[in-house]
Amino acid sequence: MTSVRLDEEQFDGASKQHVLVLEAGRAERHYWRDLWAYRELFAILAWRDVAVRYKQTVIGVAWAIVRPFITMVIFTIVFSRLAGLPSESGAPYPVMVLAGMLPWFLFSSILTEASSSIVGNSNLIGKVYFPRIIIPASSAVTALVDFGINLVMLAALMMWYAFVPSWRLLLLPAFAILAVLASLGPALLITALNVKYRDFRYIIPFIVQFGLYVSPVGFSSTVVPEQWRLWYSLNPTVAVIDGFRWCILGGESAIYLPGFLLSLGVVALFLWIGVAYFRRTERSFADLI
Amino acid sequence: MAGNVVIRVEGLGKKYIIGHEIERERYTALRDIAARTARNVWKRAVDAARGRAIVRGEASEEFWALKDMNFEVKRGEVLGIIGRNGAGKSTLLKILSRITEPSQGRVTIAGRVSSLLEVGTGFHPELTGRENINLNGAILGMSRAEIRRKFDEIVDFSGVEKFIDTPVKRYSSGMQVRLAFSVAAHLEPEILIVDEVLAVGDAEFQKKCLGKMGEVAEGRGRTVLFVSHNMAAVQTLCQRCLLIASGRNEFLGETTEAIGLYLNAHARSSVFRKDASRTGRPELVAASIEPLKKAEGNRTLLTLHLAIQCARKMNVNVDVRVRDGRGTPVGLAAIGATMPLTPLSLSPGISGLAMTIDVTCLAVGTYTLSVDISTPWVEYHDRIEDCVEFSIGPEHWPGLLHPFRGEWGYGSVFLPSTSSSQN
Repeated sequence: MTSVRLDEEQFDGASKQHVLVLEAGRAERHYWRDLWAYRELFAILAWRDVAVRYKQTVIGVAWAIVRPFITMVIFTIVFSRLAGLPSESGAPYPVMVLAGMLPWFLFSSILTEASSSIVGNSNLIGKVYFPRIIIPASSAVTALVDFGINLVMLAALMMWYAFVPSWRLLLLPAFAILAVLASLGPALLITALNVKYRDFRYIIPFIVQFGLYVSPVGFSSTVVPEQWRLWYSLNPTVAVIDGFRWCILGGESAIYLPGFLLSLGVVALFLWIGVAYFRRTERSFADLI
Repeated sequence: MAGNVVIRVEGLGKKYIIGHEIERERYTALRDIAARTARNVWKRAVDAARGRAIVRGEASEEFWALKDMNFEVKRGEVLGIIGRNGAGKSTLLKILSRITEPSQGRVTIAGRVSSLLEVGTGFHPELTGRENINLNGAILGMSRAEIRRKFDEIVDFSGVEKFIDTPVKRYSSGMQVRLAFSVAAHLEPEILIVDEVLAVGDAEFQKKCLGKMGEVAEGRGRTVLFVSHNMAAVQTLCQRCLLIASGRNEFLGETTEAIGLYLNAHARSSVFRKDASRTGRPELVAASIEPLKKAEGNRTLLTLHLAIQCARKMNVNVDVRVRDGRGTPVGLAAIGATMPLTPLSLSPGISGLAMTIDVTCLAVGTYTLSVDISTPWVEYHDRIEDCVEFSIGPEHWPGLLHPFRGEWGYGSVFLPSTSSSQN
C-alpha cells in the first residue's frame, strides 16, 4: 500500500486499452457494453443448449409438438364441450386455445429452463468469467426454438380449420418479444434466488401448474367478469396471451386496454426487479455454487 | 514507469464466512428452541435481504482466504505462484480472473485477461470435437473469427484430426485432454492466467505444452501468471515467483529463491507425531526428516528420525515405503530383524532410531514416506501411510546441467549407468 494510487487513466497511459479495476462491491461501470462484447458466447451457448437438446432426445422435435397438442385437445374438451365457454371472435375453439397456449408455453419453459441454468452450468461459473446473465438468457433460446415449432403447428391447425388471419398477424413478433420479456423478469429473479436457496426450484412447477389455470390459456379472458378484469390483469401473462389472440384471431377480438397497460407495468416491474437482483447477486455466484 | 505495470494488487483480501453449530444446552426448553429458531430465521432473513450468503449453524466465523496481498506484475513477465494446498493460490486466481469478488483491497488490470483454471471447461460429451473447439474457444474468450483462423492449427496440435467429427464422449480421456489443451494453448490474450493444468496429459504432450507456453511469454511480450506445484515447470518458465502462505504473500522475487523457501518450509513441517495407544504393540509415535545432505561421491542422503514405542523387548523390521507426488510407489528402504547388517531390537519404552537413506537416484519432485513396523512374515504392528514428506529440488542433483524430473513421466528413479567403447 506504499505506492500512490493511480487513477485508471494514469495507470496505463502509454497504450489506450481497457483497464479493469476490481474492488469489493464495485458496480460494473460498463455492464451493458460488457454484455454486448460477450454476444458471441451467448450465441454459442444458446446453440449448444439447442444442439444438445435435440441430440440427446430420440423424439426431440416430436416432444415439442406432442405436449401442447394434447393439452390443446384436453382444454378444448374440458372448457368448450364440458364447461361450454365461448370462443373469441368466432374462431374455432382449438385455434383460440393454441393461440393462448403458445405464449404460455414460451413463458413457462423460459421460467423452467432459466431457473436451473446457473446451477446446471456451475462448472462454467466457477472457472470462467463472463456476464452471468448470458446463461439464463441463452437457455431461453431453447424455449424460443420450441416456440417456433409450435408456431408451425398453429399454422397447420389454422389451415385445417381454413381460418384466415388478418393483417394483425404481422404484429405477432412484437408480442413474442413481450412474452420473452415477461418471462425473463421472474425467471432471472428465481434463477438468482435458486443459486442461494436451492429450494426455489420447487416453486417453478408450482407456478407453472397453477399459472396454466390462472392465466387465460384454456378460455378467453372475455369470460372474466367485467369488475374483476383489471385485477385479473395483474397477472403479466394476461397481456401477452390477449395480445397473441388479438394478433392471431383478428376480427372482434379486442385488447382490454386498461388491463393491458397494467399488465405491461407488471411485466416492466418484474423485469426491473429480476435484472437488478440478478446483477446484485451475480458477483457472488461462484462463492455460493 | 506506470505504463509497464499490467497488474497491480493492493491490500487484497477475500473473506469467506463459515458456520459452526454451537453445542446444545444439556436441557432443551421449548422456550430456548423457539428463541433460537426465531433468531436464526431473523439472521437468515437479514442475510437474504442484504444479498449475503446464508450460513448454516448458529455462530459464524470469518475465514480470510487471502489477506493483505500486495504485488505488481510487469508487462511480458511470467510470474510463478507457488504455495501449499489451501494457501490461497486459487482464490487469488479467481479474483484476478473476475470469477469472484474481492472482499477488501483493489486490483487494477490493464489488458485483456484470459484465465485457464481448468482445461476443457464447458466441454460437452455429446458434441463433436469440432463443435467443442468452437464452444471451448468461445468460453475462453476467443472470437469466432479467431477460432476459425486457428482451427487447423488447433486440430494439428492436438493430434486428433481423425476423430474431429466424432462426439467427444467416444474419446479416450487422454484425447479429450489433448484437444482441450490445444484450444487453450492457442489463446492469445495480453494476460494469461494459468492454474495447475499441466498435471494432466502424457509426458510428451506436457513437454509440448510447456514449450508452447514459454513461446507465448517470450515471443510476444505477453504476461503470464502461472500457478503450479510442479517446481521444475515453475523453474523453467518463470523469472519471478510469488510464494503464498496462509493467504499472505510470503515472498516475491527470484524463482530459485522462492522455490528454495517453499521447499524448506515444507521440510520444516515434515514432522509426524501421534499419541501412543495402550495396546502395548510396537507403534510409531514420531517421525521427522532432516534437510537433505550431500555426501562424498555426489550422493544425496536423507536422514529420517523415528521414535517407536513398545511395551516389551522385541526384534522388528522397519520398512519405509517411498511414493512420489502422484502416489506411485517408487521404492522401499528397510532395516531390521531380517537384515543381518542392520538389526533392530526395541527395548521397552520409546526407542529412537535414525535411518539414513540414499536418495541420489531420485528425480526432482516431492515424495512421501510411509512407515511399517512388522515382525517379518508374521504380522504388521503399525502402518502409517504418508507420514512425512520431502522434496528433491533441482539443486540436489549432482553434476548434471538438466536435472531429471519426475513429471517427464519416465518414472522417479534415474539408474546410474556406465559405458565402455567396444570396437
